Amino acid sequence: MNRWALIAIIVGATVASDMLQSWEMKRQGEVTDFRIHRLLGTLLGKLPMIASVVFLAISFYAFLALLQIADLSFAVPATALSIVVETILARILLKEQVTPARWAGVVLVAIGVWFLAL
Amino acid sequence: MNSSAPGLQAKTRLFTCIVVLTNVLGNFALSWGMKHGAVMDGSAMSFIRVVFNPWVLVGIAFLAGWVLSRMALLSWADLSYVIPVTSVGFVLNAIMGYLFLNEQISPMRWLGTLFIVGGTVLVGLTSVNTTGVRTK
Repeated sequence: MNRWALIAIIVGATVASDMLQSWEMKRQGEVTDFRIHRLLGTLLGKLPMIASVVFLAISFYAFLALLQIADLSFAVPATALSIVVETILARILLKEQVTPARWAGVVLVAIGVWFLAL
Repeated sequence: MNSSAPGLQAKTRLFTCIVVLTNVLGNFALSWGMKHGAVMDGSAMSFIRVVFNPWVLVGIAFLAGWVLSRMALLSWADLSYVIPVTSVGFVLNAIMGYLFLNEQISPMRWLGTLFIVGGTVLVGLTSVNTTGVRTK
């Protein structure tokens, strides 16, 4: 599989995992009880959280596969593309307000990843 | 975060270092393992076997330490502090690749890495919660 296909899988799975996690945890409300069995209960008790863990595992394996064929100094920054996709989806799906400064940051990250591709 | 308390400041510095180092060393160990013996060929067994490669195991241990130390740091420090200071990890990652994995890093790749650090810092400088309860 070529490296950009793997990056697409890593970014897609990371974003799916983070979106599910952020959505479900905000639905549950702020965590105030940090006892480990409570945290694990939250983590494994709800379908969106289980799905989030599955996506995280997909992302991890795709990252291993990428490291097998690509430089570390390429793989790590390239996965920062997830910041770009996440910000756009956070605006659209989670209805977060994205400030101009944050959009500027996202544009810088996107330019950075584009430089990696050149 | 109350930066006037010297104890808290020292603890914050210490945990920031731990967060950055565990992330960089974890990624490095995974990369080293995947280029020195660990194989993932797509077969079902290879997905299980790969995580028992010693280097991959070390990488996973470091990344577990990264998640836990980052969670601890986030319990008293602002996310808008944690994101930018830990983005120095991108640069350290590239340096590790250059020094220990003999990676050829073109000027374009350095520039791209620096842009990503800059972008991450900007994202981190913006406010954390815009949907409901104010954090400050």
